Amino acid sequence: MMTLSKLLLVAAGGFVGATARYLLSTFVSTRFPTMLPYGTLTINAIGSFLIGIVAGHAAPESVRLIIAVGFMGAFTTFSTFNLESVRLARRKAWAHFAAYIALTYILGILFAFIGLYYV
Amino acid sequence: MPYSLSRILAVGAGGIVGSIARFGLSLLWNPVTAQGFPWGTLACNLAGCLLLGYTASAVGARLPAAVQLGITAGLIGTFTTLSTFSLEMVQLLQAGHAGTAAAYAALSGIGGLALARLGEALGGYEK
Repeated sequence: MMTLSKLLLVAAGGFVGATARYLLSTFVSTRFPTMLPYGTLTINAIGSFLIGIVAGHAAPESVRLIIAVGFMGAFTTFSTFNLESVRLARRKAWAHFAAYIALTYILGILFAFIGLYYV
Repeated sequence: MPYSLSRILAVGAGGIVGSIARFGLSLLWNPVTAQGFPWGTLACNLAGCLLLGYTASAVGARLPAAVQLGITAGLIGTFTTLSTFSLEMVQLLQAGHAGTAAAYAALSGIGGLALARLGEALGGYEK
């Protein structure tokens, strides 16, 4: 595949993934305003599940680029998760801080595993 | 107005730049097989934490909301990824590389928190 078409596939997935994350996290945080950032948590769990499914199905290169690298890579986020964790620590909300970090990593790895081997 | 078209397009534009930058780094530094150490993903994730912490505290309300969202939620949020990290962890563990997986998790977990906090401090965060 041409390098340009690879870049276009990744970019298309990135545009949709970033937009979907923004809309979903804004919706969740305004509809359910809680201390624990459920929006990011949900997005990261769903994205890990779906990337596992793509990886488990020997998808063609083009599908992998647009869905896994582009869409899922953009949909899920590591930086927002860490900044939100730092903010929980600053408010000394230690139970939320610990729960948020544990849930993000455990659900992410578990869901990727289930997607990869059981779907 | 969280759902304004300008904000959504700004986030999407940031998403294009962030995903291409992450793709580039993964081609440069990620191993060809799933069992090597994913330096490319780690570099994206750690650099993104530093950048997001810095931007969130330094830029504040100085830029128009759409531009700020395009940089933070769009570009930086997209540059970093949790799904690829999770998949790489499963693949490392499945291949029996528990030591590599533990090192990857520790560097990501501790490094991400430390760099997000450092970024805030560099950006002049005040209590």
